[in-house]
Amino acid sequence: MEASPAPATDSTGPTPVPAALRPDSWFKSFFLETASLARFTGRFFKEALLPPYEFEELLKQAFLIGYKSLPLVAITGFIIGLVLTIQSRPTLVRFGAISWLPAMVAVSLVREIGPVVTAIIFAGKAGSGIGAELASMNVSEQIDAMQVSGTNPFNFLVVSRVLAATVMLPVLVVFADALGLFGTFVGVNLQGDVSARLFVTQVFESLEFKDLLPALAKTFVFGWAVGVISCYKGFHSNSGTEGVGKATNSAVVFSIFMVLSLIWWPCS
Amino acid sequence: MTSTLPEKVDPPDTAAAVPGELVVVMAHVKKSFETNHVLQDLSLELHKGENLVVLGRSGSGKSVLIKCLVGLEELDEGQVNILGQDVASLPNAELLLLRRRIGFLFQSSALYDSMTVRENLEFPLRRQPGKRTAAELEALVREALQNVGLEEAMERLPSELSGGMRKRLGLARTLILKPEIMLYDEPTTGLDAITSKEISKLILDVQWIYHTSSIIITHDIDCARRTANRIIVLQDGRCTAQGSFEELASAADPWTRSFFE
Repeated sequence: MEASPAPATDSTGPTPVPAALRPDSWFKSFFLETASLARFTGRFFKEALLPPYEFEELLKQAFLIGYKSLPLVAITGFIIGLVLTIQSRPTLVRFGAISWLPAMVAVSLVREIGPVVTAIIFAGKAGSGIGAELASMNVSEQIDAMQVSGTNPFNFLVVSRVLAATVMLPVLVVFADALGLFGTFVGVNLQGDVSARLFVTQVFESLEFKDLLPALAKTFVFGWAVGVISCYKGFHSNSGTEGVGKATNSAVVFSIFMVLSLIWWPCS
Repeated sequence: MTSTLPEKVDPPDTAAAVPGELVVVMAHVKKSFETNHVLQDLSLELHKGENLVVLGRSGSGKSVLIKCLVGLEELDEGQVNILGQDVASLPNAELLLLRRRIGFLFQSSALYDSMTVRENLEFPLRRQPGKRTAAELEALVREALQNVGLEEAMERLPSELSGGMRKRLGLARTLILKPEIMLYDEPTTGLDAITSKEISKLILDVQWIYHTSSIIITHDIDCARRTANRIIVLQDGRCTAQGSFEELASAADPWTRSFFE
């Protein structure tokens, strides 16, 4: 009897899972990354307190990070106020509460939507800029060049950018809130007739300092988080243009993730 | 380009032999990146006023060697002593001070892209101890640019400069701090023959005028011939030969000799 042919088998066995996708490897890299970020954050506090203080660079970065983000943040704030008003109107009309429209949108904007949306826009605009700039400086050995010329690149590049982001985001949020309220005024008047005086009265009767101050305090934390994460990603980028792309991308993704995580910060 | 270094005496066309005290001592240095053993028990010495050329194929560990010297890469084993100080044991603040006495010309020149030529030169000056007036800064910047023949480019951005001009600007930015030791990482890579010759001449000018001691990493034999007082050959992270250009060009080892053919 002729032996039946042996079933075809893969001599190498099942395809091995790539190392980067194995759970143990993923956890290991997650904890290593977290530890590295914690060290970076600790170094930021240490370097921020010690001289030399790079005031000139801080002002330059505040201009670049703040002023250059202003148009995008302003347009976003205006559109959010306008859309929120137009979308909320039918529901309030159904319940006969149309007079509450300016107050409702104003409280939503100032307490949560303004700070969070502005921080997310800021993470995309300023965070990507910081991540890409530092990563390309790293790749082109400019950070090494600073070190060998006796300059502390962490102090010059990281501390100035993180402080600028921390200070400028609250300013941008105030602008976004103001433009958002203007958008609300426009939205209210698209299908109704509310005078500016009445609108302002309705808005400010409903708003209190306890709405504004915790929200503003939170934006300092958002700005700081975006600055630290973007600088960390740029400062620790891998070599090559691929490294710049990855650093920029992960600076934005992790900054937005951090902003969304911090929404539940006690000030809320 | 004609060098306009401010000296009456013309520098020589080839490096002069200048034995002196030791300014750099590298002893039994090992450096690995995961499984890639880049430097393996490497030792070298640099004398005051000497130009030491390190020759080797790409990937032989030349650039890692000079990064280890200034503490940009941490050593796995061994010791590096520069100007009497053990680099590995220096605290960060003292390491920054030591680095101000060392010039480093990067292969890519590593110019600060967002700054003009003037700002590139002012950057290290402004971070030195002691306050300088705007006029003093201007004079120092102008002198440094004149030394490398770039005074007309003061307000331009690095992206507007040619490869040779970028190298010269990198050199000017390094020399503005008046370093005692110069480290050149592939100073002539990517340059045409004429510009390479000019950069080699500039390296000699720097040695002659500023009395620097230099380590020049290269695989450009013409640059090595022009600038070297002594050459060491690096193979797989080890020093396999050393001597003058002529000695190595007629070495018994065919691998060493192949560099010079």
